[in-house]
Amino acid sequence: MEITKQEVEKVAKLARLELTDGEQAAFTKQLSQILTHVETLKQYDTTGVEPTATVLGQVNVFRQDSVSPSLSIDRAMDNAPESIDGFFVVPKIIEDRQPL
Amino acid sequence: MSIHRLSLYELHEKFTAGEVTATEIVRAYGLRIGQVEPKVKAYITQTKDTAVKQAGALDASLKGWRKTLPLMGMPLAIKDNICTQGVLTTCASRMLGNFVPPYDATVIAKLRAQGYQLLGKTNLDEFAMGSSTENSAVGPSRNPWNLECVPGGSSGGSAAAVAADECAAALGSDTGGSIRQPAAFCGVVGLKPTYGRVSRYGLIAFASSLDQIGPITKDVRDAAFLLGAIAGHDPLDSTSADVPVPDYLKALKRKDLKKLKVGVPVEFFAEGLDPDVEQAVRAAIQELKALGGEIREIQLPRTDAAVAIYYVIATAEASSNLARYDGVKFGLRAKETKDLLDLYMKTRQEGFGPEVKRRIMLGTYVLSAGYYDAYYGKAQAVRTLIRQDFEAAFQDVDLIVTPVTPTPAFKFGAKGDDPLQMYLSDVFTISANLAGVPAISLPCGFSRDGLPIGLQLIGRPFEEETLLRAAYAYEQNTQWRAKKPVIR
Repeated sequence: MEITKQEVEKVAKLARLELTDGEQAAFTKQLSQILTHVETLKQYDTTGVEPTATVLGQVNVFRQDSVSPSLSIDRAMDNAPESIDGFFVVPKIIEDRQPL
Repeated sequence: MSIHRLSLYELHEKFTAGEVTATEIVRAYGLRIGQVEPKVKAYITQTKDTAVKQAGALDASLKGWRKTLPLMGMPLAIKDNICTQGVLTTCASRMLGNFVPPYDATVIAKLRAQGYQLLGKTNLDEFAMGSSTENSAVGPSRNPWNLECVPGGSSGGSAAAVAADECAAALGSDTGGSIRQPAAFCGVVGLKPTYGRVSRYGLIAFASSLDQIGPITKDVRDAAFLLGAIAGHDPLDSTSADVPVPDYLKALKRKDLKKLKVGVPVEFFAEGLDPDVEQAVRAAIQELKALGGEIREIQLPRTDAAVAIYYVIATAEASSNLARYDGVKFGLRAKETKDLLDLYMKTRQEGFGPEVKRRIMLGTYVLSAGYYDAYYGKAQAVRTLIRQDFEAAFQDVDLIVTPVTPTPAFKFGAKGDDPLQMYLSDVFTISANLAGVPAISLPCGFSRDGLPIGLQLIGRPFEEETLLRAAYAYEQNTQWRAKKPVIR
């Protein structure tokens, strides 16, 4: 399976990774090699075989919806790169509205 | 005998008997770490100064009262992807270079409740992605048996620390062999428990359907002892199993393999297996037979598919799990970015190393529209076939015995920039994660270059006792663990 430089660019964008030119070139070659190996899976007939998402066979796990002690806001924010008054600060998301 | 030479269990016995204090233990390990750590580089963060203070408090509180908990005063090293409250937990990544968890992983909470001593956080391949610690952002650890060789990975720091007597025992995590392979390379014991046996709460997620925390120890009894301390159901991990935890030490009482059927899968002895490894493992199989085991040739016909399945499923899960590193809530944030998208892109460019990026890319690709069924869906279906292979094999046998790795520890840089070659070296360990079954690695000999060789025993789900019984019988009837590395 050969993947193209354009596909690598597209996937990098989906993955929110800014790649250097060197990384882009290396990944194009390496991902092609790895995917070629992955394609050996085609030789296994999986008609009617249920996929495995987890080995435990659990369906769902429920608990009581009750209040119990948890991290304080201050502790939860301790590792935030930037915060104000218990909020995470991020760059502006909504553009200024153009004057009509 | 020097304190650092004792096994975890021997140290526990001496501590319980009042023959040694917690302070003496921590000081002895502090000295040992001071001597060999500059060469081995097993730790990312050392906490022995805090440990000395805690040991003093523990000794004071125990004055004249020696009834202790199993892990009380015991000096352990913890892989740096397991959250320790108030202690830096980096995953060997620039992304988490300043991350101090506000809570303990459940395994740590259990150890802390028993009064263990944390000596430090050990090195790993970044986010546990790798087989050599060469992918660590702080540089690799070294194999105590030969400093020019890798200690294995990803739990290479934990295995090197145990082999170099820089801790009494350690915890690692195993997604595709990351406990067992470094244990084999460093000549120590590593146990990957059944999926769900140990809580993953607080283990920084790599591939959630495969990850398990487990012990890396100086001998088999220590593995049983430490597993008992960390195993069990946890409401904070919905994938932890509500299965009672047996007394694993009791499993060691029968020092034979009588009435146990041991399967030898032909697929694990194919070409590419190093002759020294093959000879050592075949000799070990003869020893298991001499101990009463009934040896049977078996087949695990889909073994060849394991690496391909793994590098689809593990990378797909990783690409989702690592999406949380966005520079907003914790971890690195890139400076001087123009908008939110730019913040994400630059933070992740700066924070992740090449192997992590490669796996995120692969995982994103196999999950993307148009490729999902062909890659991810297919891998999940063949994963079912691997599980069926194990289920069929365990109809006939109680245990499966294989090599842990195709070769002994390799030299730094030996796998170069060929990620596929590195991935293929995980061929013998990956299947156990895909099937969710428990597996143990223990020493079974040395190569002509004096490097340790590991033996792998694989068992039925939640039958760690059978693994431990057989491993202990083998260990007690062989002398491999008597040999210690000379670090130079």
